[in-house]
Amino acid sequence: MPSAAEMWRGCAPRVDGAGRSGEFRTRNKSERTGWPVAEAMAFEDRSAWSLSGVEAIADRSGALYLPGERVLAVADLHFEKGSAFAAKGIFLPPYDTRATLTRLAEVIARLKPRTLIALGDSFHDLGADGRMDEADADTLAALVRSVADWVWIEGNHDPVPPPRFGGSIAGELSLGPLTFRHEPAGGVGEVAGHLHPCAKVSGNGRTLRARCFASDGNRAVLPSFGAFTGGLNVRDAAFAKVFGCCPDAWVIGRRTVYPIAARRLLPDRR
Amino acid sequence: MDDAARLPRLPDAFERWFAARGWAPRAHQLEMLDAAEKGEDALLIAPTGGGKTLGGFLPSLVELHARVQQEGKDRPHRLHTLYLSPLKALSVDVARNLMTPVEEMGLGLRIETRTGDTPVSKRQRQREKPPDILLTTPEQLALFTASPNAEAFFADMRRIVVDEVHALAPQKRGDLLSLGLSTLAAWAPQARRAGLSATIADEGGLARWITPQSGGAARFARIVRGGPGPAPEVEILETEDRIPWAGHYGRHIIAKIYERIQDARMALIFVNTRAQAEATFQELWRINEDGLAIALHHGSLAAEQRRKVEAAMAAGKLKAVVCTSTLDLGIDWGDVDLVLQLGAPKGSSRLIQRLGRSNHRLDLPSRAVLAPTNRFEYLECTAARDAVTEGVLDGDRLTAGKLDVLAQHIMSRACGEAVDADRLYAEIRSAAPYADLDRATFDRVFEFDATGGYALKTYDRFRKLIHGKDGLWRVRDPRTAQRHRMNIGTIIESEMLNVRLSSGGRGGRVLGQIEEWFIEQLAPGDSFVFGGEILAFVGLNETDALVRKSSDDAPRVPTYNGGKFPLSTYLAARVRALTHDRSQWAGLPEQVREWLELQAFRSRLPGPDELLVESFPRHGRFYLVCYPFEGRLAHQTLGMLLTRRLERLRKRPLGFVANEYALTVWGLSDMADLDLDDLFAEDMLGDDLDAWLAESPLMKRTFGRCAVIAGLIQRKMPGHEKTSRQVSFSADLIYDVLRQHEPDHILLQAAWEDAGTGLLDIRRLGDALRRVQGRIVHEALGRVSPLAVPVMLEIGKEPVFGEAHDSILSSISEEDLIAEAMGRDQGWASPG
Repeated sequence: MPSAAEMWRGCAPRVDGAGRSGEFRTRNKSERTGWPVAEAMAFEDRSAWSLSGVEAIADRSGALYLPGERVLAVADLHFEKGSAFAAKGIFLPPYDTRATLTRLAEVIARLKPRTLIALGDSFHDLGADGRMDEADADTLAALVRSVADWVWIEGNHDPVPPPRFGGSIAGELSLGPLTFRHEPAGGVGEVAGHLHPCAKVSGNGRTLRARCFASDGNRAVLPSFGAFTGGLNVRDAAFAKVFGCCPDAWVIGRRTVYPIAARRLLPDRR
Repeated sequence: MDDAARLPRLPDAFERWFAARGWAPRAHQLEMLDAAEKGEDALLIAPTGGGKTLGGFLPSLVELHARVQQEGKDRPHRLHTLYLSPLKALSVDVARNLMTPVEEMGLGLRIETRTGDTPVSKRQRQREKPPDILLTTPEQLALFTASPNAEAFFADMRRIVVDEVHALAPQKRGDLLSLGLSTLAAWAPQARRAGLSATIADEGGLARWITPQSGGAARFARIVRGGPGPAPEVEILETEDRIPWAGHYGRHIIAKIYERIQDARMALIFVNTRAQAEATFQELWRINEDGLAIALHHGSLAAEQRRKVEAAMAAGKLKAVVCTSTLDLGIDWGDVDLVLQLGAPKGSSRLIQRLGRSNHRLDLPSRAVLAPTNRFEYLECTAARDAVTEGVLDGDRLTAGKLDVLAQHIMSRACGEAVDADRLYAEIRSAAPYADLDRATFDRVFEFDATGGYALKTYDRFRKLIHGKDGLWRVRDPRTAQRHRMNIGTIIESEMLNVRLSSGGRGGRVLGQIEEWFIEQLAPGDSFVFGGEILAFVGLNETDALVRKSSDDAPRVPTYNGGKFPLSTYLAARVRALTHDRSQWAGLPEQVREWLELQAFRSRLPGPDELLVESFPRHGRFYLVCYPFEGRLAHQTLGMLLTRRLERLRKRPLGFVANEYALTVWGLSDMADLDLDDLFAEDMLGDDLDAWLAESPLMKRTFGRCAVIAGLIQRKMPGHEKTSRQVSFSADLIYDVLRQHEPDHILLQAAWEDAGTGLLDIRRLGDALRRVQGRIVHEALGRVSPLAVPVMLEIGKEPVFGEAHDSILSSISEEDLIAEAMGRDQGWASPG
């Protein structure tokens, strides 16, 4: 029987701090300042990269901003998805359009774009216009008016976007080296939506899945902006078709957007 | 109790049967008969093996005996007795046990079961030709209430027997059952009820639960008590080996457990989690030199495999079964003569019920052996043993019925028949959990079913409940009703995947089911223990986790915490008292005593009504450790709230972990100078809690469960039985939108009520904070204290809830940034 003291010595607690305990990692630069990295990065709410030579900013809201031309692009708004479910007897909260509009208004007010491009599937279905609450419809119309140039790209859910909210309608749109369309075809300079990219990563012993921008520097697929839109993992074959391999991801966190290399991204089960 | 002379006499056939076996009917059995003859509902409280089942059925058998004598063998098919139990297996088992006396007495009764496994053809036949006695589950009753023409089936029913009431009543399943019974009271007002319960603390609460309420003063069923039986004997297993400071796998004591198994006829080894069950089973077989028949039984194993183990037990072919709470309830497994609890029992009532699994039939004392897995558990096991010896029961009082269950039931009623809202309201209030339901809340839940119940009334034209010209409410269409019936029930399993053996990339045998989140943590090639075998993960295929057998020696054991009950409030108080009072230490192992002595020397022993808080630096970090003894769930909530406060106080907290007894928070600033009364003030349950809950994944999970039970999210759709995720809408998205735009929606209210007792245990935390107000004792230490070691050892093992979201992303993102700066090739998007 060892003495209490021996026992005690033999059992010094093993505390490996930066392990899987969910502690904020504080290394390198942030170790010196003493601030967790997440905090340090929180001053920036976005992440920039070069897209076919154009400076592109992945905004925390899920919108893509091109500061040179002051273009803001959003994908897959899916207005009135909630009421589409309600028609089938599943009463999702009827506030998805409102929630999406609120976030859209916030990013427009903050970045003041000259051009807004809605990359298709802006309306969940052909009946969406008719189901939209009048207050929401007014908000949307005012929002469209507030931007000099608003373009609705046609999507598979909304091949004919309703004209009453204003803005112009296009199958696709070219701006310099970039082409904006709904479904990505894989061309150089393409900015598209449709796929609702999500990334899954694991660290500190936890796994999380979040919406993300997908890009390889030559083309980008934007996250879905709508409140009730789920996502497809960027490791899915659909992305390989567009990018030739798994793209890198700009993952939307609570505070900002985090660029994460393709090799760090995990697949879902399919 | 009445004099035996005043108790009713049994019919001759019954007397003869008892006499032939040298038995006499027990007083409580006759008293049940007496209650039935007087038209009273009754609650029979007796320890396991006290002839409870027969007590519950005796009035039915006597009445049916008379009916058969009058009407003969070809009497019309009328349901006489409905028996409800929480387990399918229990129904089957009771049917078997009931058939023996029925056949021996020559009563000629029709007794049938109806469970989820009953084939459709048999169900239909049962509807047309009801048996005398039908044995079924709460979910099946709920299905009846949601089916057309069910009233006729029950119209002539005389008796309802509810088994294991103590287990059902505190759960949402109990709410569902209680509502089902309220419907039966409307359809068959003449039917009397009998509840069968193990010994419990809150007898009055259950006696009220089992009987219909009238809107006025509370009504109670007659309480009938079985004899107390001999006092149970509880022993704590001793070991000379070093007792671990933390952990739950009990490897130090496994050889001792094996010795006990060798000496027993048949042993039940209870553990608290599936992971523990797997590990214990594995360890036992590692040293099983005699090749004893040791089996495994837990909720993730394939039903077929569980059945096999149960059959082998009943046949006496097994030497031991390692099991979780799946074997807690009253199935008669025969010759169990040793109940061994590995790990702390968490509550005295639970322990008493578990130890009742041994010596089921004999009037011998029940025996249990407790095998603590770490030092704190020695304290908890000692407290539990003393409580059991003194016959003290614990357990929470019953709470009001949950609103998500109510939403499901209202929908069920409207799917079954046209309903009048006023009458339905009155009917529901006859269920004890809903006796105090106000009309406004009922109306809101009703509206939730009809249109979603939103303040923004845009779904009126899609309504699911239609108000007819006759003033009655009906479901919109048969398809909606069918979809509702497919989703009935309150048991929400985690998303589960089949564990399937893969052979050459193709699917083979299914070994059981496993939580999806666990599999998602694995990379192909990783090994884990499942069903007592070491398996290697191959890959995913739809809802299958493909695996192959592995020869790995060091598997990744599932770390699943589910099924871990929090330490009961009563036992927690006893543990606190024991820890503080040296005079009670005599029975503790020397190592544990030395540990406590050292704690008294280095810091102090927490007093029974105070909260000890220690602070100390270690490796450049500053730690705060407190000892509320309120269970892991409440501690996790406390940890989250403390972290927020410490952030505001600029103490730069970095993380926290909790165990059942203690909580530690650490950060970059010294916390010794804090005003602890302020830090632990109860008002943290106000704004801080609200702010945290808005983001908490636990709250989202709680909400998700409510949404499923209430029917907002339907996990099963016709033609989509395969996987819930493919058809279900993300509860997180709904939660975020709803919280932002209609924070007082009825479903958020339901989730909030659940959070009070469920995953967040807020109510208990509130009680604890009130208890320690003004009694917080601070010890500023130079280094870690002995009592702090167990919780410090959890650091790095236990995941922390909360703010991990961005830290995961930033740490990965940052690693790449650094690598990039250092010029290592990343395959990263070219920077232009």
